[in-house]
Amino acid sequence: MTHDIFLFLTTFLASGVEAVEALTIVLAVGVVRGWRSTLIGVGAAALVLAVIVAVLGPALALIPIGTLRLVVGALLLVFGLQWLRKAILRSSGYKALHDESAAFKEDQEAAASASTVERAGMDWYSFTIAFKGVLLEGLEVVFIVITFGATQGRLPLAAAAAVAAVLVVVGIGLAVRGPLERVPENTIKFAVGLLLTSFGIFWGGEGAGVEWPGSDLAILAILAFLSAVSALLVWQLRRQRHAALPAGAGA
Amino acid sequence: MKHIRAFGAFWWNFIVGDDWRVAAGVAIGLGLTALLSHRGIAAWWVLPATVAVVLVVSLRRATRDTAE
Repeated sequence: MTHDIFLFLTTFLASGVEAVEALTIVLAVGVVRGWRSTLIGVGAAALVLAVIVAVLGPALALIPIGTLRLVVGALLLVFGLQWLRKAILRSSGYKALHDESAAFKEDQEAAASASTVERAGMDWYSFTIAFKGVLLEGLEVVFIVITFGATQGRLPLAAAAAVAAVLVVVGIGLAVRGPLERVPENTIKFAVGLLLTSFGIFWGGEGAGVEWPGSDLAILAILAFLSAVSALLVWQLRRQRHAALPAGAGA
Repeated sequence: MKHIRAFGAFWWNFIVGDDWRVAAGVAIGLGLTALLSHRGIAAWWVLPATVAVVLVVSLRRATRDTAE
């Protein structure tokens, strides 16, 4: 049950935050250049992502569980640490926070200045940008859905969480008719990084032969430990950054 | 050839990311865990400790590069 809750939460949050970024790209192109080709690009990318999940998900389930946990644990650890590292750098001010409003304006300007290439009634610029945006943002989600789903034998639950997050983000996007600027992206990415890394440690350890003290409850202890380490690092890096600023610059 | 290189670069960037030392640290941590476990030594602490060390080292490098 604890695994299911964490699985749903991790997939939902990761999918939500990636969907926000994809929505910004799609809205910028759609508003400036029209919706038909843009939406066909979105549909094509969604189809490719669904096929990857449908093919790779069941294929992974055929691998022996010990090997699967070792490989998935290693991948989740590397992947989760990427998210966590960036979130710590953003929280401590060493890396700029992602600004959806600025990204929306940049994408709109690029879409407006690009030449129109129409063939077979399609604006290929709109199609390509929407397709690439959704596919690249979606690949991370697919990776999480497949690894979590296959390792726990709960692929439908992981896929449902991802679809639910995309529907929520698109629904809110349609309601506000613009990019979602107020979503606390860094906080969500911080949480996803912590969850991915915690599961990576747990499954990677099991795959390598570890017997966790407390069994499944060890995940909560790992999560608490990682949260404490991350909070300490943010605090330390903020101090380091303020100490490096010239006198009066931080006022 | 150019496309194969671009394809490889995409997956390297997707999985390994900005700092290859993170992936190397994870591989060493998992290897050490497997080695200790198969010798019957409790190794549950290795991966959490590895992750903490890897984070500290990688962030120190990233912030030092930013400061320079």
